Amino acid sequence: MAEPEKRAPRLVALCMLGCLLFNYPILALFNVPAAVFGIPVLYVYIFTAWALLIALMALTVERGGD
Amino acid sequence: MLQGWVIVVTSFAYLGLLFAIAYYADKRADAGRPVIANPYIYSLSLAVYATAWTFYGSVGRAAGDGIGFLPIYLGPTLMIALWWIVLRKILRISKRNRITSLADFVASRYGKSALLGGVVTIIAVIGIIPYISLQLKAVSNSFAILLHYPEIVMPAKVAAQPVLTDTALWVALILALFTIAFGTRHLDAAEHHQGMVAAIAFESLVKLLAFLAVGIFVTFGIYNGFGDVFGRAAADPKLAPLLTPLEGVAGGYASWVWLTILSMLAILFLPRQFQVAVIENLDEKHLKKAIWLFPAYMVAINIFVLPIAFGGRLHFPGGNVDADTFVLTLPMVERQELLALLVFIGGLSAATGMVIVETIALSTMVCNDLVMPVLLRLKRLRLNERPDLTGLLLGIRRWAIVAVLLLGYLYFRLAGEAYALVSIGLISFAAVAQFAPAILGGIFWKGGTRRGALAGLLAGFGVWFYTLLLPAFARSGWLPISLLEHGPFGIELLKPLALFGLAGLDQITHAMLWSMIANVGLYVGVSLAGTQSAAEHRQASVFVDVFRSESGGARFWRGTASPRDLYSLLARFIGVAGADAAFAEYARAIGVKWPDEELVADAEFVHFVETQLAGAIGAASARIMVASVAKEEALTLDEVGELLDEASQVVVYSHKLEQKSRELEAATAELRAANERLKELDRLKDDFISTVTHELRTPLTSIRAFSEILLADPKIDLAERKKFLGIITRETERLTRLINQVLDLAKIESGRAEWRITRTDVREIVNEAIAQMSQVFKDKAVALNAHLPARAVVVEADSDRLLQVLLNLLSNALKFSPADRGRVDVTVRESDGMVRVDVRDNGPGIRPEDQPFIFDKFRQVGDTLTAKPPGTGLGLHISRQIIEHFGGRLWVESEYGAGARFSFTLPLAAAPAAQQGGKEEPWLQTSARS
Repeated sequence: MAEPEKRAPRLVALCMLGCLLFNYPILALFNVPAAVFGIPVLYVYIFTAWALLIALMALTVERGGD
Repeated sequence: MLQGWVIVVTSFAYLGLLFAIAYYADKRADAGRPVIANPYIYSLSLAVYATAWTFYGSVGRAAGDGIGFLPIYLGPTLMIALWWIVLRKILRISKRNRITSLADFVASRYGKSALLGGVVTIIAVIGIIPYISLQLKAVSNSFAILLHYPEIVMPAKVAAQPVLTDTALWVALILALFTIAFGTRHLDAAEHHQGMVAAIAFESLVKLLAFLAVGIFVTFGIYNGFGDVFGRAAADPKLAPLLTPLEGVAGGYASWVWLTILSMLAILFLPRQFQVAVIENLDEKHLKKAIWLFPAYMVAINIFVLPIAFGGRLHFPGGNVDADTFVLTLPMVERQELLALLVFIGGLSAATGMVIVETIALSTMVCNDLVMPVLLRLKRLRLNERPDLTGLLLGIRRWAIVAVLLLGYLYFRLAGEAYALVSIGLISFAAVAQFAPAILGGIFWKGGTRRGALAGLLAGFGVWFYTLLLPAFARSGWLPISLLEHGPFGIELLKPLALFGLAGLDQITHAMLWSMIANVGLYVGVSLAGTQSAAEHRQASVFVDVFRSESGGARFWRGTASPRDLYSLLARFIGVAGADAAFAEYARAIGVKWPDEELVADAEFVHFVETQLAGAIGAASARIMVASVAKEEALTLDEVGELLDEASQVVVYSHKLEQKSRELEAATAELRAANERLKELDRLKDDFISTVTHELRTPLTSIRAFSEILLADPKIDLAERKKFLGIITRETERLTRLINQVLDLAKIESGRAEWRITRTDVREIVNEAIAQMSQVFKDKAVALNAHLPARAVVVEADSDRLLQVLLNLLSNALKFSPADRGRVDVTVRESDGMVRVDVRDNGPGIRPEDQPFIFDKFRQVGDTLTAKPPGTGLGLHISRQIIEHFGGRLWVESEYGAGARFSFTLPLAAAPAAQQGGKEEPWLQTSARS
């Protein structure tokens, strides 16, 4: 099973994805005065992306042996 | 009504509970059944990252600039994604070298340099002091506010109070005593504080629950959910800009990015994070759960920050309530007595957790990397002669804890009022970020030198001091404010907040930019310009290649020592019991019955003692101590290089060996397969010979029988004699044919057959074959028809061989066709670049079960006992060999009782020109296979 060997590059990729998601210009796209269920889009976006990133990290480390 | 004594008693009860947890965990650890040996406790203990800053300060920051507080938690999440690479390596290095602190790590990496360890310690202590003052400020403020319940009264300026009535001082002293009781009860050779970790994990739960309780109360109790809070904020003209905050905030995206980077580094290099993540780690595998559990904790503790911040701003529109206190004042103004008390306890746990771990980490550094190296060098103290130094070590650490907390208090008195909680914390973050180049460079780049690390650290720290710490003192009036406004001595270019004229950035961004340029620049520059000593070279390799080599530094030691000296040395620092345990462990590992048998003080053993010692007093001091009892020969740089080369060569050899053995395995498998094939061929040959002999004997027997008759009886009449002679002739012909075919087959199979490949028109071959066979067909009255295409069908083949195939197929067809009403059709067609030749008869056909075998040697279908068909049984086999040699295929289709159709295909020759029809001059070609 090649999972453990791929874990490191996958996590690096996730880190880079995070850097992209939480930075200009993606962040600026959501920096608008609009709301989802009354909550500003920017806040909804950051918390959702954050949770998603953590879920992916969990998936990556927990899959496939030691 | 919340009375002062209720708060105090509750606080002490809480601290008592913590102590009980720690005590229980320590007892369990001593009994060998640790409670903290699981990834969940490890993840929770990492949450010591969330301090009073998070608990009170995030809301304060959010009330000012919306999501500006979030990079402090997003950054760590990003860095944690890299933990699998970075922290796992640091963990492995630390465990192998028994690293006891951040300073120890840096000192050990750069040749066990005591100087570097001292510098890191000083930077860490000075850098962390503002952070500790933040905790003191938070606790004393929240206490003062809660004391006035239900009134909301902001605490008076501290400077106005006499020192002795200042709550913060008492908080500092109580925390110092508590930490001493916690962290320095005994000396652990591995610097594990399992009790402390258990208590910290518990505190992480308490602060999370307290914060969630306030969050839920504010969001759903005071307001009607998230939408309601944000909706009201949007309606408020003062709060509306905070909903799309990124342009409005000073620095905007640049500040956002720098805060992210800063916190990425802080999560690794804050002394307390290093302590819980690295030093207290019991099992590398715990990292797996922590990688997602800890970030999830940070999400949870941040969800309600914004609602509380906006709720606070909406509730206290006047601005007379400090936003840093909203978490506490909101429940108070709503008369939630118990909730307010819970919040205070939550804040207390956030602050105490941070203070305990941070001061323990700092005291270890101060003791091992600052005080001990100095004391050990002072000959007149005669420390070497003292039998037991454990008391001294514990004493130093206890005083260090008190000193650090008092310094924190001092900073709070001097500069704490000028800044909000988060800004104080960020100053500390920027200080520990200075460790990043030396540590990250140290574990991934072998070229980093001691001088480089020292230069980088000092420069980075200097810039930090000048651009962040001095302004803090100036703002609080302790230094003249003109320093900030006009620069030192009026030199505008050197203004601490706009160094070299770089203005327009916020303070942290500005400081980080300059300090990182100085730090990284000097670290890399000086490293590249200078050379490494032998010790540095060795340590660089031990650190960077930690995953590659299994052995530690033992192979680098050469000298002599006596086991007794080493024993008493160890006993002085970790106690007699500890030394006994360590020696017994080592003796067991190498299979010696210590103390009945003597241990040999070889390199391995001396290295073992040094690592044990390093666990108690740090790598640099341990090195000095071992050197003091052992006669050592210094290794030169060349020798270290040779040793390293040897090691890497061993690795190369072992790779080569592995490869060789893999090749050998492959060769063995091939040989085995070849052997199987040979055995099979041998068996086939035996079969073949016995069959051939049998086939030869049949005609021979009949020739001999008839010859004997002729010989024995001269009176046989002429007709009879003629008949017998006819049989003899036919059998001789058959014998000749058989022998020819056997020879032919042998040639083809061995590849020695001669092939005269020419361009040949298949139609001509078919016509030739029909011409040769027409007489025999007529004799048996079997019709023979050919269906040929109009155009020439040219293949590259040996025409004689092809003729042989066709003759064979035709005679086969004839053989099985019934006399008189038999009919054989030969069809030649072209399709898909192939030519296909069918020979169909209307004989009895071939049974399906016989079809796969009719191309085998000597295989003749039908019941060979009762009716032996004419022929040798080799014709079809040879035909197939010939066709396959030309790149074609020969097969049979037959329905039993309805005739058979033999077909073969051959690839068409590539037309050299548009030569259509007509006979071409066959051009000779030597076959590649002949």
